[in-house]
Amino acid sequence: MRRSVSIAVLTVTLVIGIGTITIGQNSLLAGAQQKPETTEVKIDNFSFGPETLTIPVGTTVTWTNRDDIPHTVVSTDGVFKSKVLDTDEKFSFTFSKAGTYAYFCSIHPKMTGKVVVQ
Amino acid sequence: MKGKMKDEILYDHNHDGIDRRGFLKCMAWAGTGALCVMSGGVLKSYSLSRLPEMSAKEALGELSFVQISDSHMGFNKPANPDVAGTLKAAVDKINALAAAPEFMLHTGDISHLSKPEEFDTVDQILKSAKPKDVFYVPGEHDVLNDEGKQFLERYGKGSKGAGWHSFDKEGAHFIGLVNVMNLKAGGLGTLGHEQLEWLEDDVKHLKHSTPIVVFAHIPLWSVYPEWGWGTEDSAQALGYLKKFGSVTVLNGHIHQTLQKVEGNVTFHTAASTAFPQPEPGKAPSPGPMKVPAEQLKSVLGITDVNYVQGQHALAVVDSTLA
Repeated sequence: MRRSVSIAVLTVTLVIGIGTITIGQNSLLAGAQQKPETTEVKIDNFSFGPETLTIPVGTTVTWTNRDDIPHTVVSTDGVFKSKVLDTDEKFSFTFSKAGTYAYFCSIHPKMTGKVVVQ
Repeated sequence: MKGKMKDEILYDHNHDGIDRRGFLKCMAWAGTGALCVMSGGVLKSYSLSRLPEMSAKEALGELSFVQISDSHMGFNKPANPDVAGTLKAAVDKINALAAAPEFMLHTGDISHLSKPEEFDTVDQILKSAKPKDVFYVPGEHDVLNDEGKQFLERYGKGSKGAGWHSFDKEGAHFIGLVNVMNLKAGGLGTLGHEQLEWLEDDVKHLKHSTPIVVFAHIPLWSVYPEWGWGTEDSAQALGYLKKFGSVTVLNGHIHQTLQKVEGNVTFHTAASTAFPQPEPGKAPSPGPMKVPAEQLKSVLGITDVNYVQGQHALAVVDSTLA
């Protein structure tokens, strides 16, 4: 599972830079501490679903873009940032610290969501 | 669908700077671009769909240019799997003009995913257009992943900041603004402090009688904030343009034509050359509208947009819905 999460991150962002590779390492670290769980957020009709997601610490969240238009998943506080996701592309991030993480689509900033990590 | 509904709205403006009737607006599906003719300081615009019918005299003003927008090269889903084909069709229409326009404006979303090959394809297609000069502003799809670096390298020569710039043609002052950078969660398009300061300075020494043409990707007026169709700080920008007798604002982004006249300012959004988007609020989201293949061209090519000069009248909007 840990392995597939990392691969997912790297696959989505083949041409990326250092930022996302760091995210990949984060997921490995988080996974080493406790058994990771995964949860999905669907991007549909210019909205994140569920808009607010509550998860335990250590959970990996995968966003999938199901729109005909590209979107991004960008943390308001700069904690995580996806590359642009075309139709059916995915982005994953593992939340290793409790807190509330607001995020939005940087292309369509009216699209906002929240991950509550407990 | 031969039946036509024609709206003609007159807006009387006596150059007194007072917005007397609030605003008028009129919305209609449009063609693949617009031809703009500057005549006597007043801009007239025509949908490309009726250009072949126009006489050389009608098409020739003191200055004529074409606006195209939202090519979205790389988009390949319903309702348009061939956005290169429809951009070529737009170029063919431009080339069929009796009098070649002097230059073109592209109001952004040149590409769909900011890929080099997408920009290359657009450049190649536009090379076949008779007007050789093209002035660009970026759409949000042109600045993905690299903060607009590639856009600037390709199209931003001589521009400031993220690509804003101005130039003069035949006595008219053209201003290209960038409102797709550093968008904030929950917000709209943004011009930003640095650009606004530049704009204030750029127009400071111009005569009030200078016709002003502003072009930017996201509408500089509040079309439908719920879908992000507006610009946070556009009021400040328009404030700097209040002293001018004739201001024309050309935008894209919403893939449909929409006009509004407010005081001395005429706002106009152009259609996309790629795919239509729904009317504001008429769909669950602003995603591409899917229409049957045989209807695509008619959806993209059926509307006339005219600004007509009348006595003391700044604009007449004449739209057709088929």
